[in-house]
Amino acid sequence: MEPIKDYLQVQEAINRYVNQDVYIHLETTNGAYASHHDQTFFSAGAYIRNAQVRYEIGKITGTDPYRVGLKINLGWIYAEGLTHFEVDEQNRLLLAGHDNKGKLAVALEISPTPFE
Amino acid sequence: MEKERHVLVIFPHPDDEAFGVSGTIATHVQNGTPVTYACLTLGEMGRNMGNPPFTNRENLPKIRKEELKAAAAALGIQDLRMLGYRDKTVEFEDDEKLANAMLSIINEVNPSLIITFYPGYSVHPDHDATGAAVVRAVEKLPAAARPKLHCVAFSNNCVEELGEADIVHNISAVADKKLAAIQAHRSQTEQMFGDVTEKLKNQDPQMMVWINNERFWTYKFKN
Repeated sequence: MEPIKDYLQVQEAINRYVNQDVYIHLETTNGAYASHHDQTFFSAGAYIRNAQVRYEIGKITGTDPYRVGLKINLGWIYAEGLTHFEVDEQNRLLLAGHDNKGKLAVALEISPTPFE
Repeated sequence: MEKERHVLVIFPHPDDEAFGVSGTIATHVQNGTPVTYACLTLGEMGRNMGNPPFTNRENLPKIRKEELKAAAAALGIQDLRMLGYRDKTVEFEDDEKLANAMLSIINEVNPSLIITFYPGYSVHPDHDATGAAVVRAVEKLPAAARPKLHCVAFSNNCVEELGEADIVHNISAVADKKLAAIQAHRSQTEQMFGDVTEKLKNQDPQMMVWINNERFWTYKFKN
């Protein structure tokens, strides 16, 4: 993955999948050990894999870190804290937000085929 | 360490074996005891991607699979099984099916000792769910036919509620193998390993106690 420097590159990748069936991986996480290491920490996260959707608008906004929102058939998908991206060999757009220790905190991935 | 007929290790994530029990595994292997390691997931939801990132969410499991094989090889484990569950979802599987999957491995391998996590005292939901499934599986066996069950626990309240570990193995004789296993899980341990190497060089007393002693609680069955 590389840092998102030119958000237009990401915007172009998002545009490629407008108005077609795509599969979404979306997660946020503090890690399973956050409350173990700091008992005052309220750990929360959410995860969905292989949600099939269609979006009519997809947009990247913000300045590093970035936000991405997808306006889907009946609602919305949204992620914030995105720092890195990659279009992999399977033409999937992988977006992730990593903290300063290199730990993943958020991921939003858009794929034309189901994730494994 | 008591000589066993066959040891079955059941953990949910590649690297769960490395810190807590790899010295014990290496010792059993050295004693000529066959060891089976059943690892439920490939740690697909691991968070260490590196800075700059060396991988991504989709490729991480491929890396961790190879690391798991390398760690097993470093310890001399000949029977490594990857069960194909997904990281962070173990607790949501059908309880009965999961227990039966564990039981079928137990029945096949016929171990004299099983090592897993202590349910309720192992912090990560996958750890607790794996330990609970193993306990349910062993409970299906008649009491006289049950293998010993040694559990790893490390929640903040484990000593308070379970008492001190009743089994402590000093594994310093195989510490090199343990360190090799830890190092094999590069993607997960490299970041902390710089620090560990330094402390080992200086024979940091706390670090040596942590590396050299592996603690287990014998599971007490209610029925």
